[in-house]
Amino acid sequence: MKSAVILLPGLNRDRDMIAALTKIGGKAPVTVWQTDTEIPDVDLIVIPGGFSYGDYLRCGAIAARMPVMRAVAEKATKGVTVMGVCNGFQILLEAGLLPGALMRNASLKFVCREVKLEVANAGTRFTDRYAQGQLIRCPIAHHDGNYFADEATLARIEGEGQVAFRYAEGTNPNGSLNDIAGIVNGAGNVLGMMPHPENLIEDAHGGSDGRALFEAALGRAA
Amino acid sequence: MTLSNTIPITDELVASHGLKPDEYQRILDLIGREPSFTELGIFSAMWNEHCSYKSSKKWLKTLPTSGPRVIQGPGENAGVVDIGDGQAVVFKMESHNHPSYIEPYQGAATGVGGILRDVFTMGARPVAAMNALRFGVPDHPKTKHLVAGVVAGVGGYGNSFGVPTVGGEVEFDASYNGNCLVNAFAAGLADTDKIFLSQAKGVGLPVVYLGAKTGRDGVGGATMASAEFDDDIEEKRPTVQVGDPFTEKCLLEACLELMKTGAVIAIQDMGAAGLTCSAVEMGAKGDLGIELDLDAVPVREERMSAYEMMLSESQERMLMVLRPEKEKEAEAIFRKWGLDFAIVGKTTDDLRFRVIHQGEEVANLPIKELGDQAPEYDRPWVESPKAALPDFSVLPAIDPADALLKLISSPNLSSRRWVWEQYDTLIQGNSLQRPGGDAGVVRVEGHETKALAFSSDVTPRYVEADPFEGGKQAVAECWRNLCATGALPLAATDNLNFGNPERPEIMGQLVGAIKGIGEACRALDFPIVSGNVSLYNETNGKAIMPTPTIGGVGLIDDWSKMARIGFAAEGDAILLVCKSNMWGTHLAQSAYMRDLHGRRDGPPPPVDLVHERKAGEFVRDAIHDGRITACHDLSDGGLAVAVAEMAMASGIGAAISLPMPTDPAPVLFGEDQGRYLMTVPRADKQLLREVIDEGAARGLVVAWIGETGGTELKLPGTRAISVKDLSSRHEAWFPGFMD
Repeated sequence: MKSAVILLPGLNRDRDMIAALTKIGGKAPVTVWQTDTEIPDVDLIVIPGGFSYGDYLRCGAIAARMPVMRAVAEKATKGVTVMGVCNGFQILLEAGLLPGALMRNASLKFVCREVKLEVANAGTRFTDRYAQGQLIRCPIAHHDGNYFADEATLARIEGEGQVAFRYAEGTNPNGSLNDIAGIVNGAGNVLGMMPHPENLIEDAHGGSDGRALFEAALGRAA
Repeated sequence: MTLSNTIPITDELVASHGLKPDEYQRILDLIGREPSFTELGIFSAMWNEHCSYKSSKKWLKTLPTSGPRVIQGPGENAGVVDIGDGQAVVFKMESHNHPSYIEPYQGAATGVGGILRDVFTMGARPVAAMNALRFGVPDHPKTKHLVAGVVAGVGGYGNSFGVPTVGGEVEFDASYNGNCLVNAFAAGLADTDKIFLSQAKGVGLPVVYLGAKTGRDGVGGATMASAEFDDDIEEKRPTVQVGDPFTEKCLLEACLELMKTGAVIAIQDMGAAGLTCSAVEMGAKGDLGIELDLDAVPVREERMSAYEMMLSESQERMLMVLRPEKEKEAEAIFRKWGLDFAIVGKTTDDLRFRVIHQGEEVANLPIKELGDQAPEYDRPWVESPKAALPDFSVLPAIDPADALLKLISSPNLSSRRWVWEQYDTLIQGNSLQRPGGDAGVVRVEGHETKALAFSSDVTPRYVEADPFEGGKQAVAECWRNLCATGALPLAATDNLNFGNPERPEIMGQLVGAIKGIGEACRALDFPIVSGNVSLYNETNGKAIMPTPTIGGVGLIDDWSKMARIGFAAEGDAILLVCKSNMWGTHLAQSAYMRDLHGRRDGPPPPVDLVHERKAGEFVRDAIHDGRITACHDLSDGGLAVAVAEMAMASGIGAAISLPMPTDPAPVLFGEDQGRYLMTVPRADKQLLREVIDEGAARGLVVAWIGETGGTELKLPGTRAISVKDLSSRHEAWFPGFMD
C-alpha cells in the first residue's frame, strides 16, 4: 500500500499525518511538493491540515490553485482514494472536488478540543471499519470549520449518503449545518473532514479511535 | 515620510530617543564627534533597557547559569540543555508587554513569533509553547478587550505556525490595569552537535539577509518598550509590529533545511531593534566589524531612510553569515519557500559597525562599545520593608464549603479552558498533558519513552510582600509543578517584569527577587539558562506588582509512569506530603484572604528550600517507582482547592478528614509551601504503609488525610459539594466574563 502526502507552504500537520500513515501503514508516505505536476502511482493521497498560504484570501483558496492540485484532481477522477483533513478539506472544497464551503466558526474563535463523531455512513471506503452510527472520539483544531451548502446541495449529499461523519451528542463546535464534520464526493473516493483522526491513533494520544479510518483507507489500497 | 541623515541633533531629539544626558555625553566621548541622526538611532536602539539590560545586568550576573547538563547559558538567543541521547532542549521566555497593551492582537502575536524565532535560530524545531498573561481587574474598562485580543493573538500566531501551547498562566490584578503582561515561552529540540550560535567567525564573509521584507513597522519599538506609559499611549500604536505566522513557518522550514547543508556559520534573528541589534551582536560577539549596504536590503516600502531601515522591527527576518561556497544552495532553499535572500554586507577586521546608504556612509561606530560594552548601572535600591504576621484571630467566620465554591469560581482560580481552547494544544501529536494540570508534557519525538515537562509560575503578591521570599517561591513552585508529573527539573528561564528601576524601591524589588531566585535555583540545582527583563511597567507612576515569571523544563524518563492531577480511581487513599503535622498554617497573602476577606497584608509563606528539595525528590521517586496513582502540588487556595482540582479533573469525589483546629481556614486554605497531594490504592495496605514510612524516613510528614470515591467532595466541618456542581461553577466564570 503506497500513500502520498501533499506539501504546501503553511501546512503544519503534515508531520502528524506522515507519522500516522507510517505507524499504521508500516511504510512512510512519499511527499509531493506544491509545484510538482505529477503524483507518483499511489493508492492513497492525503492533504494534511494547517494554514496553507496563511489562510490568506480564504482558507485553501490559494493552495487549491497550485499545480499539484491539478494532479490531485486527475487522480481523483481516475478513482484514486483522496483524503483531506482540516485545511486539506478546505483545499478540496476550494478545488471543487467536494461540494459546499467552510465558513468561520459560529463562535468566531479558533477551537481546539475533543468532540464525539457519529459515523453517519459506514459504507464508504474510509469508514467501513466502523459500525453504522458508531460514536468515536476525535480532536478538532480549527478556525473555519462551519460547513455550509445551499439547500439543494445539502439535500443531495444527505440523500446520497455523502455525509461520512457528524458531530454527535451536542458537540458541534462550529455551527456546521446538519452537524456535518466530514463528507465524501459522489463517487465515494474523496473524503474531506475537519476533525483530526491522525491525532488519536495511539496510547500517547489517550486513545486510538482514529486508527480505523486510516486502516480502512490504507487497507483498501493494499 | 523620509528622515534625512542630516537632521540636527538637539537635546529634545536625544531625549526623545530615550537617552539620558550622561548617556549622550558617553556617546560624544566615545566617537569624538556629534553622531549622525542614524547613529543616534542606533545608539538608542542598542543602549535602551530592553536590549542592553543596563539596570539589571549587575544583578543578573549573580544567578546560577551552569550545570552538568547546560550546553548554553544566557547570552545567546535561547538556553540549551542536554537531555541525553545526543539531543538538547532549547528554550527561553520573553515579554511583549508594552506592545500588547497598545495593540493586543499584534503585540501578543509578535511576542509569540519572536520567541519561536529565538528557538529555531539556534537550530531547534519548536515543540512546545506556554504563555503567562496578566491583566487588570475584570471590571476595568480595558480588561476584556485586552484578554480577547491577547488570547486571539497568541493563538493566531502559534496555531498557524504549528506549535502546541501546553501551559501558561492567566491572572487578574488591579496593578496591571495600565500595563498588561504577555510573557511568551517556547522550547524546541535540537541535536547537541548541531546548535547554531550568533557569533560571527571569519573576515570578508557575506552577511546575508533572509526572510520577510523590511517595512516601517516597529521603528523605535525597543525604545518604546523601555519607557513608562502615560495617557498618550495610543499614539504609540505605529511602533507595534505586525506578525505574519505564515512567513515565520516558511522561515522555520527554510532555516532548518539550510542548517542541514552546513552553510551557516552564524545566525541571529532580527527581533528588538531589528537589523541594528542583530548585526551588532553577530559582529561584537565574534570580535569582528560589520559593514552593511542598505541598498541591498529587501524593502516593502518606498524611500525608506537609513534610520528607518536600521530601526525597523519588521518581523520574520534573519541575518546570517554564510560559507561563500554554499551561497547558491542557500539561495535556492529560500527561493523555494518564497522568502527573500540578499547579501547585505560583509564581516570586516576593524571592529567598526559601518552602514552605507545610497553610496554615503551614514554610520561608522565602534562595534564592541555598541554591543557587549554598553553602559551598565548600579542603580540605588532600598530593601522592601518586611511585614509582620497579622492577627487573623478575629476574622468573620465563613463556611468552608462556601469559601471553596467562591474561590474555584473566582476570576483568578476559575478554569482557564476559555483561553486554552483557543490554542492548538495537540498539534505535532506529542502532547501528553495539556493545560489544566500541573505542567504541560510533550513526548520527545523519535524516542520510545522520554518526555519533557513545562511549567510557568510566579505569585506576584508574594513577591510584592517580600521580593526575596517571593523570588524563591516562584522558582520553587515551578520546580514543584515539574516534580508533580514525575519530571526531573533540568533548568529554567526567567522573565523579570518590574516597574521603573530608577525608583529605589522598585530597584529594591528587582534586587530582592533576583537574590531569591538565585538562592532557590542553587538549592534546587535548577540553573537559569536564558531570560528577559522588562522594566518600566508603569502607567502614570503606578507600577505593576513585581512579576518574575519562571519557566521551567523537566525531563521524564518514561512517560507511561508520569503522574496526572485527576484522581485515578475510587477507593484511593489521599496522602498529604508536607513539612510538619501542623498541616496548613499560613493565611497571610493567600488567595483566601484576598478573595474572601479583602486582606492583602502580611508576609508571604516562607519557602524552606531544604524541605522543598526533599519533598520533590520523594514525590518524583514515588512516581518513578509506579507507587502512586495521581499527584498534585498545593498552591493558590491551599489544600481545599487542590483536592477540588483533583476531583474536578476526574469527576471522582473525595472525603477529607483530618484534625481541625477551632478555625479550619489555615488548614484548608493556608498556602504553606513545599506540599503535594498524592493517591495510593487503599486496598494495597502494604504499599500505603511503605509510602508513608518512606516519607518519614526522609524527614517528611506523609499524612493519610482522606479517600477518593463517590460524586461529592466532603471537607471536614462543612456540607458535601457535588463534584458536578464544583465543575460547573469552576468552568462558568471565564465564558461568563468574556462571551
